[in-house]
This record gives sequence, structure tokens and C-alpha cells, in this order.
Amino acid sequence: MTGSRLPAGGLIDRTKPISFTFEGRALTGYAGDSVASALLANDVRIVGRSFKRHRPRGLLSLGMEEPNAILNVGTGAHAAPNRFATELPLAQGLAVSPTRGWPSSRFDLGGVLDLWPTPLAAGFYYKTFIGPRLPGVRDAWNRLWEPLLRSLAGQGRAPEGVDPDAYDHAHIEVDVAVVGAGLAGLAAAEAALGRGARVALFERDIRPGGRALGRDGDPRIDDAAPLAWAEGAWARIADNPRATAKLRTTAFGLYDGRQLAVYELPVDGPYAGRIWHVRAKEIVIAAGALERPMTFPGNDRPGVMLASAVEAAIRRYGVRPGGQAVVFLNHGDGAGLRQALNAADIEIVAEVGPDETVTGTQGFGRLQSVDIAPLGPDGLPRMDARRRVPADLLATSGGWSPALALHLIQGGRQAWSEADGCFIAAGGGQDGVRLAGAANARFSAAAALADGHGSTAGGAPGPKTTGGDAAPSGQGLPLAPIAAERLKRQAFIDFQHDVTVADIGLAAREGFHAIEHAKRYTTAGMGTDQGRTAQLATAAALAAATGREIGDIGLSGLRPPVTPVPFGALGGWRRGALFAPVRQTPMHRRHEALGAVFEDVGDWKRARYYAAPGEAMAPAVARECRAVRTAVGALDVSTLGKIAVAGPDAAAFLNRVYTNRMDTLAVGACRYGVMLKDDGMVFDDGVVARLGPNRFHVTTTSGGAAAVLNWLEDWRQTEWPDLKVWLASVTEQWAGVAVAGPNAARTLAALAPELDLSDTAFPHLTWRDATAAGLSARIFRVSFSGERGYEINVPWRHGEALWDAVLAAGAIPYGTEAMHVLRAEKGFIVVGHETDGTVTPVDLGLSWLISAKKGDFIGKRALARPALTAPGRKQLVGLEPEDASVVLDEGAQIIATATPRPPEPMLGHVASSYWSSALNRGFALALVKDGRARHGERLFAWSLGVAHAVRVRDPVFYDPKGARLHA
Amino acid sequence: MLLIPCPHCGVRPETEFVYGGDATVRRPDPKTASLDAWAAYIYERDNPKGPHTELWLHASGCHSWLVVERDTVTHAIGQVRQARDAAS
Repeated sequence: MTGSRLPAGGLIDRTKPISFTFEGRALTGYAGDSVASALLANDVRIVGRSFKRHRPRGLLSLGMEEPNAILNVGTGAHAAPNRFATELPLAQGLAVSPTRGWPSSRFDLGGVLDLWPTPLAAGFYYKTFIGPRLPGVRDAWNRLWEPLLRSLAGQGRAPEGVDPDAYDHAHIEVDVAVVGAGLAGLAAAEAALGRGARVALFERDIRPGGRALGRDGDPRIDDAAPLAWAEGAWARIADNPRATAKLRTTAFGLYDGRQLAVYELPVDGPYAGRIWHVRAKEIVIAAGALERPMTFPGNDRPGVMLASAVEAAIRRYGVRPGGQAVVFLNHGDGAGLRQALNAADIEIVAEVGPDETVTGTQGFGRLQSVDIAPLGPDGLPRMDARRRVPADLLATSGGWSPALALHLIQGGRQAWSEADGCFIAAGGGQDGVRLAGAANARFSAAAALADGHGSTAGGAPGPKTTGGDAAPSGQGLPLAPIAAERLKRQAFIDFQHDVTVADIGLAAREGFHAIEHAKRYTTAGMGTDQGRTAQLATAAALAAATGREIGDIGLSGLRPPVTPVPFGALGGWRRGALFAPVRQTPMHRRHEALGAVFEDVGDWKRARYYAAPGEAMAPAVARECRAVRTAVGALDVSTLGKIAVAGPDAAAFLNRVYTNRMDTLAVGACRYGVMLKDDGMVFDDGVVARLGPNRFHVTTTSGGAAAVLNWLEDWRQTEWPDLKVWLASVTEQWAGVAVAGPNAARTLAALAPELDLSDTAFPHLTWRDATAAGLSARIFRVSFSGERGYEINVPWRHGEALWDAVLAAGAIPYGTEAMHVLRAEKGFIVVGHETDGTVTPVDLGLSWLISAKKGDFIGKRALARPALTAPGRKQLVGLEPEDASVVLDEGAQIIATATPRPPEPMLGHVASSYWSSALNRGFALALVKDGRARHGERLFAWSLGVAHAVRVRDPVFYDPKGARLHA
Repeated sequence: MLLIPCPHCGVRPETEFVYGGDATVRRPDPKTASLDAWAAYIYERDNPKGPHTELWLHASGCHSWLVVERDTVTHAIGQVRQARDAAS
């Protein structure tokens, strides 16, 4: 293999080569590589282009802080955008490409943007495109600028096609969940296991060890090298039956009730995976620390890398990231780095001392030289004393910041610690959640182990360290950007979003002094890397620009997920047929066989109409309507909500719930009723049947059943606990078929020959128990079509048999669309069509349903409010379009003129609109201001630019005397 | 996600529950209530920062309405009682 791989060393398996492609180029790495380390080993120095300026960008890190190497993985339907190359284990056949760069990341035409820097400064979207107009171009933003910008920018490519992978969700409950299997996390997990706890340990890397993986010079732990100790501890934990230990598993959310959300990648590649929902009594966040880049001119050139990444490249991956290195640290923890550079035979051409700084870098697409200048007494570099050294690697570190994301997103606070040189956790968050190790600003190995182990009374002693241990900290050179603005050179704060020190300065001058404002104005920290390297630099630059302390500036807030998670993983199994629960009636297969087209009503699938082969919806609905009006139809009404109400106070309870009296209902009879909320607005409607002195059967709308039961339980349990009444849902105990039409009695007689169907023996609005089609049935004589009608109810499991018998007796199946046409012809309301939470029964013309004779009922007091009796309320009316062929749009606005001039007064809206085969015209129900006084008036229904003349009329279009109920 | 200890069913996740709003609102006597008092009962709710006494229905469980003490800042759940007991 060519490239930069060292001849030996590293935690890679050189006997297992892995082929992959980058931008179509075939490359090879080894088992144990990340995509990032494999790219580095193959001398790929440009891994992408920046967001705004399309500057070439290389690997800054080899860890979770990476802002540049964020890649598209896979192609076609398999494509996954925004994956971190540094976090992605190399897998055979993997195809990765940069998120940006056209035609390629090495030669990007968008790079010309970098030659035109001024308009791309902070706030350029607002200044350039929202305000000024281009002469002759209407809507320039939407038509011109946004499409242009989107083609140049973009945050990854969406997959083409349906994701072929299956993602799993799993739940686990433990005593202690530990995030991170570094030294602190391992110590915490072992300590918890030692006290008998059930433990879950999650590590995002493919190996345990954390800092021990890429670092040398730490002390020995329990007489073992740090990495050997970590691997031993991991093995002990994984072998413990009380432990669940997972690698390649990232905690991305921490929610109320100590619930961790964790994403586990499968072992064989970057696709699919599993989300773990973890509940724990105690959570230990041992997520480590993030190394911070220094802010100096030219700090984004490929070849500038974090010191920890240089060390990890050499020690962990056996890669030589350059030949001549400049070392630029703001702290004294460089011994391990220097040893690593020496071991890899990389010449340290210069080390930037505490009295010096980097003032620039050179190189096209790859670092070639570095300018170093001494700092003068004013703290500014003395450019006259500047020297230029050749280098293809610049190892830089601005110290470390604890990884606080999980702590912060669950409500934790942070505060600047001058002693640690970083923001540290400062309380807040949930009880039972603690930080440990570097995440808790315990940067040395010994301190991290002790912190992870904790002070468990009576527990086993923690791991013992021996030997020296240099603790990195943020102390040293100031974090403030180094004179970039004075030098008029670009020093980058956010590598992904191209935010420079100058942008922060501009934002500060324009008044964006608060960190959250400056962030949004400049977009610093708003990239897919979530600003892990940008956050502190932004605060430092803003502090410098406004003359404040960094601790007073603070950091911007964070939200979950703390790292990108595929939408497919979040969705899990809840896609396609499993997206939402589906409720089917026992006749569902029969509907399918009859060619039913279904509609969703709540979770139910209801047959909307039955299309004969080649039959469109309109003729099918007209045919079904004619069947009911002239012969007999059958409708599956099993979905109706049904509630059993029982108890000595059942009648009193229903009397308080409905607007009309239910206590006077005779056993054997039924009655239509509406329920209001206590604001006087219609909430639901249905039929109440009295089964016995203390027993009622209540029906609700199909979609409202659960809400009605919850609501009734609310009143029963919280307002009237003294009433002796009980409620139970019986929706899925009863399957039902409505038989309606002039031949309905004949059809029912064929099914139930022993039942007397005469109007005297079985009048409208009564119910009878009978045997129908050999089944025990409860039959309600009710009508929602205006025709003579029966609703035959049988036990749920017999629904299909009942349906078959009704059809065999001659009834024509009809769906919910025909049901709607038929009920609207009769002016019957449907909750949700004619009501929207602002409609009273008086508005609907249902005053006759409101009992004046009984005591209180829900909504009664509100109905007496002056506003609900004042003129100008919208009332239910019928509308006849003057052009009989017109079917108005539902939702069309009712206005008084055909040529509206805004602000045109709105008089109302169309609530339901259909074609009526019985009337041979389009017709509609509408809610119109003072509508009952407008019968005969000519108004206009306006929708989508078209106004149709309509005549206002009574809402009952068909059989106003109700004679057909007895036909 | 919140965990709510249902007196009947034990500790359950909030997805099993339906939120029912402020539990301290009392329905005035409709015979004597002024318009303002009725409007306050129907429409006016505080949005407190801190302790809140609220109703939750264990809709996917025992169907009990519960009076739950919840801190709107920390989301800590305190005492949980059956509304039926709290009302009487």
C-alpha cells in the first residue's frame, strides 16, 4: 500500500484490508480504521468544501469534534448524509463522498465564492437578498437567489428512494447507565457492578479506552498499561451477567425521567441500526472532552490538525499525517505529541512558543508553510520579525473542554472556570445524573479514574495509578483570536459554516452582543457538527470584540440530538403499515373484496365507496345513493363509538351530559343527543338507548369515541364523584350494519322473520333484541339517511356473517361518502364538518334539543352568555349554487359580492358540499352570519379565485316532512 | 419522558397518559356564577413556573383521572392521587 501508512504499529489489523471508495476513487484501509483514518492513510487531504466559501477543508480531528469530514455515505436509496468520517468505522465496499463540492471536492467551481468575500460576511442573506429588489425580477429571493444558493450550498444529499434498511427500537431498564467507556466510564461501570447494580455501558467508538486509545504517557493503571487496563475492564464488564456493554453506540439524547436515547450502529456497516431507550436510576455521563483548535489566520488549511488527532493518527491508526510539523499549543501537555511525532519520524520544524503566534499559513489545498511571529509588548505579533517555516502539518491545541452536551440538554447549567480554562458543569439537570472524568473537568488519568469510581461507601477500592501524568488543561496562551482582524486575514471560528473572527466582529459592531444573537446572525455553530469546535471560539471572539469576559458571554444552548441520527433510526418500525395503529372492522375483508376505497376515520379504515371494475368515484357514490333512496343499502357502522353507561345514577349522569332530557327516555327507546363542552360549543353527538332503568347504550362519532369517554370519565371522577355510575367502552364488542332505504323493512324481515316490524310494534327511535340471520342481535331503528333505517348490532366476531346475510338479502353496500351525501341532503350535521369548536346547538338550528325543563347540563351556563345569543353568529344554512352543475369547494368563503376587494367581509364558509343524485344538482351546507334570516338571499362562495353565485336556503334539501322514515 | 406513578398501575411513561390541565380550577355554581367568573373558569389558566397541580388521565391504563403534582421547571413528579379522592 502506498500513502502515509507507517510500516508497523497502531490498533489496526493489517491482515484484514478493507476496500472502499471516496468520490468514486477506490481506496484501501484496514480493519480498525475509521473512514477518516483510512482517508488520511491514503493521502486524501481534502475531505470536503466549506458551506459558504467552498474552501478546501481537511481533517481537523479524528474524533467527535470534527467539523469538516462530514460525508455522504452510500448511494441511491442507501444514501445517508451528514455522517462523521471520524466516527464511521471503515466497512467493506463503503462508498463515501463529501457533502459539498462540485464537480469534486478537489476542484470545486464554487470556490470562486471565496474570491468575493464581502457579500458573504455575517448577515449576508438578510442584507443582500431580503431587502434589495432586482429591477425587473419579481420575487427575486424565491426565483433566483434561493435556487442558486441551494445548488451551491446544501447540507448533504437526501437518499433517492425508500430507505431499504430496517431499524430497530429496543428498551432497557437498568440501575446505572454509563455513557462512555473511557477510563472514567469503565471505573464507574465496574464500581456499580461491584455494588450489585444492573449496568448498561455505551461507547461510541469501536473500542473501549477513550484517551488511552490514541495517547501515550499516562500512568499505569493497576500495574497495566492504560489501554490494556481498559480492555481488561471492558472484558470483565461485558462478561458480567448484570451488565449490557455496547460499542459503536452513541447517546444522543437525555430526557425527563432519566431516559437516555442511544443509537447503536450494526457491526457490518453504517446502515440500519437500533435505538435503545434506556431508563436508569442513575446516569453517569463520562463522555470525555473535546480538544479546541486555536484561532489564527489560515487555521482552516488542510494539514492543520488538532494535536490529539496527530497523536491518534500515529499511535492508533499507524498513519503518518505529514513529514514536517509545526507544533502550536496553548498549554504544556505536549510530551506525548512530541514522542509520537518522533516515533513516526516526523520532523518538528518549529514549536510556537508562549511568546509567539502563527500569523498565517500557505499552500494550495495542502499546507506548505507556516508564518510565525513573536508577540510584542502590546500582545500583537511583530510582523517585521516574522519567519516562514516549511511544514505540511500543524499540530494545534487550545486546550480541552468537557463534553457537556448531554448534561446541558437535560437542563444542566455550565459556568466558566478560570482554573480549568473551560466551561464546566454547574448544577442543574435531573437528580441521579452525574458527570465523571474529563466531562467533569477531571483531565488527568488518575483524577478521571477516581471520579468515575466515585466514593462508594463499603465498595471495592478504585483503580490505582502509578507513574507521571501530565494533565492537559486550557491554561496557557489566551483563547482569544490572535490578531486576525488586525492582520486583515481570515481566521476561522466555524470551519463548516465559514464564520471568521471578522464576522463575529461585524456582528458585535451591529449590535449582536448576546451569544445566541451572534450565533444566529453569523451562523457560527449551526452546522451539522453542531459547532463543537466553534462554540468556545465564538464566545472568545465575541468577548474580545465587546471587551467582556468569556464567562459573561457564555455558550449558546444545545438541543438533542447531540449528534446526527438517521431519520430512519428515529422512525424505527413505525413506517409503512406500522406507521400508526390501524383499526379494522370484522367486515374489512369483505369490503376489500367488494373493491372498497378506504378512508381514515381516526385510526379506523372505513369503506368510502365501492368501485365496480372501471367505475370512478362519482358514479359509484351516485349509484350507492340511489340504492338507498330507491331500494335498500347496507353500511358498516361497526366503527361507531359505543359506551355502556350503568348504575343507579346513570340517567342523572346522562341528563347532565346531554342538552336534552335522558331521564325521561323509556326502556326500549332511543334518542338523538348532542354534548357540549362547558363553553357551550358542540363537542359530539350520537344516539342514547335505554336498555334498562339503570343501563344505557350511548353511541359517539367514530373518530371521537376515545375523547368522549375520557371526557365523561373526567366529569364522573372529578366533578361528580358522588354519582353512582360506571362507564365502559363497548365499541369493539358490537359490530353493526345500517340497513336503510324504502326496502329496509323487507330486508330485515328476511333476516329476522319473527320480529314485528310494524310502526306500532317497532317505531322509529326504539330498539329491540332479536335473532337476525341466526345471530343474537340488538336492532336500533334509527336513520342517518332520512330513509327508513335499522342498525343491526351483533357481537363483534359475527360482523362478517351479519354483513354477508344483509347483502344476501338484497342490500347494496354503500360507503361513507354516500352516507355523507344522504345525511347532508337531510341537513344532518356531522361533528367536525358543521362544527369546529365554535358552533353552538342554537347556531345549528338544534334549539329543540335544549331542554329548558331540567337542571344544569354541561354548557348550559355558557349558552346564556350574551355573545352566544347576540346577532351576527354564523348559523347553519343550505346553499344551492345557481349553476346546478357546480359542486362548491368545502371551505369556500361566503361573501356578498362576485368581485371581492380585500379586506372583503367574510360572511361564513362552506362546511359540506356534494353532488346529489336525488336533487340532480350540487348542494352544500354552510355556516353563514345570521344565516336563518338570509334564506332566499343571493351570496357568493369564493374559493381559489373563483366566486360562484349561491342561493341561501333551509338546510333540509330532501323530504323536509320526514315521511320517508316510515316508507 | 416523564414517569408518572399511577396509584393503580405503578410507574408508567407519560405516553400512557392524557394531560387534563390545571387540577385546581373549580367549576362555579352555574346558577349563581357571574359572567366573569364563568369566563375565568372556562378560559383563564395560569402558566406557572414551578409547582403545578394538574390532571392526568391514565388513558392506556386504568382510566383513572389523577391529580399530579409536577414541577414545570424540573418536571419532577411529586404526589399523585386519584382525582375521585381529591374531589370528595
